[in-house]
Amino acid sequence: MARIDLNEIAHSYKPNPQGPDDYALKRIHTTWDDGGAYALLGPSGCGKTTMLNIISGLLEPSQGQILYDGKDVSKLPPEKRNIAQVFQFPVLYDTMTVYENLAFPLKNRKVPKDEIHKRVLEIAEILDLSPDLNKKAAGLSADAKQKISLGRGLVRSDVAAILFDEPLTVIDPHLKWQLRRKLKEIHKRFKLTLIYVTHDQVEAMTFADKIVVMYEGELVQIGTPEELFENPEHTFVGYFIGSPGMNLMECTVSGGVARAAGMDIPVSGVGTRRAEEASGKQKVEVGIRPMYLDVREPDAEGLPARIINVEDLGSAKIVTLEFGDTTVKARVPEDKALPAEECKLFFPPEKTKVFIDGRLAK
Amino acid sequence: MQKWADNRAWFLILPVFLVVAFSAIIPLMTVVNYSVQDILGPGMSVFVGSEWYKEVLHNPRLHDALFRQLTFSFCVLAIEIPLGVGVALTLPRKKGVWASTCLVLLALPLLIPWNVVGTIWVMFSRPDIGLAGVTLNEIFHFPYNYTADPLHSWLTVLVMDVWHWTPLIVLLGYAGLQAIPEAYYQAAKIDGASRFAVFRYIQLPKMRGVLLIALLLRFMDSFMIYTEPFVLTGGGPGNSTTFLSQFLTRLAVGQFDVGPAAAFSLIYFLIVLLFCFVFYTTIVNLGKGEAQ
Repeated sequence: MARIDLNEIAHSYKPNPQGPDDYALKRIHTTWDDGGAYALLGPSGCGKTTMLNIISGLLEPSQGQILYDGKDVSKLPPEKRNIAQVFQFPVLYDTMTVYENLAFPLKNRKVPKDEIHKRVLEIAEILDLSPDLNKKAAGLSADAKQKISLGRGLVRSDVAAILFDEPLTVIDPHLKWQLRRKLKEIHKRFKLTLIYVTHDQVEAMTFADKIVVMYEGELVQIGTPEELFENPEHTFVGYFIGSPGMNLMECTVSGGVARAAGMDIPVSGVGTRRAEEASGKQKVEVGIRPMYLDVREPDAEGLPARIINVEDLGSAKIVTLEFGDTTVKARVPEDKALPAEECKLFFPPEKTKVFIDGRLAK
Repeated sequence: MQKWADNRAWFLILPVFLVVAFSAIIPLMTVVNYSVQDILGPGMSVFVGSEWYKEVLHNPRLHDALFRQLTFSFCVLAIEIPLGVGVALTLPRKKGVWASTCLVLLALPLLIPWNVVGTIWVMFSRPDIGLAGVTLNEIFHFPYNYTADPLHSWLTVLVMDVWHWTPLIVLLGYAGLQAIPEAYYQAAKIDGASRFAVFRYIQLPKMRGVLLIALLLRFMDSFMIYTEPFVLTGGGPGNSTTFLSQFLTRLAVGQFDVGPAAAFSLIYFLIVLLFCFVFYTTIVNLGKGEAQ
């Protein structure tokens, strides 16, 4: 069991980093609670894998410390840290049987034979690998291979955290669900800390208790899926999470009104005052989730807009609207009747967020 | 996909058949023709059936040559493969100037023609003026003389071949190593695998394919070695470096025993074919075993 603290971690792949642009990871200071299931979510190249490799010890960070349960492990090699890692592609020892694959980490650690045997059988049972124990690992399907990779981590009794680097990339969609359920089951049973890297938001949301969103080498928000959806702290979280992403428009704020795209959108909340001060000096944006945009009849209260396209997803409709000099998207229920073309858009003030330089004004 | 039964399609492979006929089948048939006849002079030939084959197969000098040949090929493989793999493992894993420089330097012997290799080594090992010869004789007081001592001559050919061809194994092995994804090494680190375990369970299995090809290439090539011993001592001293090719050339060109030479050529060809088949089957089945 372990709580993992990242203490002012920064990493650059260049030997002499000059500016912040040289850093793949920029000053990360966070804690991963013992037994938590975390998803590390972000676009390709945002530093997810770098972060994972620093935690597992495959990479030594340029700056900062990593603590496991308060103990500094920054200088320890991966095999001395009690972590396991599952990679994007199944990594197996081809010449070995499934049994030997699972026993390998224990054999390397000089665990007694009967102890190894007990552990391997136990883990194989949990992962449904028992019937395949004597088969060559190389001949199995991709999902079984990934289970073996996972098993090599679980088999070690000292493992406190398992890191996953986009482990479901090569798995068939219908097996992804099964494997993800298996992961949850294992998480419940062993109370391990799981850190799961992905760029798929659905995967992140179904797997994790908490999602850590990374963007350009920084952690921009840590929260439950609901928190990320309702209260994005960064414009990146806004448009990366949710489908389609948040509507964002550059604006100036004054007197409780955000002026964007030639329209006056009423805003409220504590951030409004700061946004007023920042208007004109910094980049201020107003954002709203497509789900909360209300498309109304032309004679109702709201701001004028024009429907230019409707996509029917079956469960909902995505409406693209011309709004001032820009376009916005709204997600409306399947059964809702839409006006022909001209319409009114209503921005519920409590759902309308204001961002200053990308960050939520508060 | 639907298959069409149309026998006219056979015409399409006619050009290939013609080319193969001219390049392989017709020359081979002339050899077959010689091997069953005793040619006494122009226009005078007697059909002798399998007599030459019997004679050749019972020739003790041929047995000696075959034994020398197999020993030589075995030694070549036993030295070159482990040595080549060893060198490939020490090369830098990351691509860069260093790796390229090493590869180019290592590949230099491969660019040198066989007879030049022979000449270089003749110079190099001469006991009176050669660097190796003089060093062994004068500094280590070891009476090295490849023209007089059969063992020395045999070993010289072996070292020559190792020098010339180990780089090929290195290149193939290095290519095999480069194809291993980084994640394997990372997983091995996390699993606490020792350096030897990484070699035994990751690198060696992943190199298996290229190494089998290397084995095949080196076996075939060493089994047909001709130029190097020819340039060095011409097969001597005595018959110590007379391998199968030397033996055959002497028979056919030296003594003009065309009949036995032709019979032996065919036997030689069958031996090579047999080994090729064995290697080929191994390589093909290797892939199958993994897919199942």
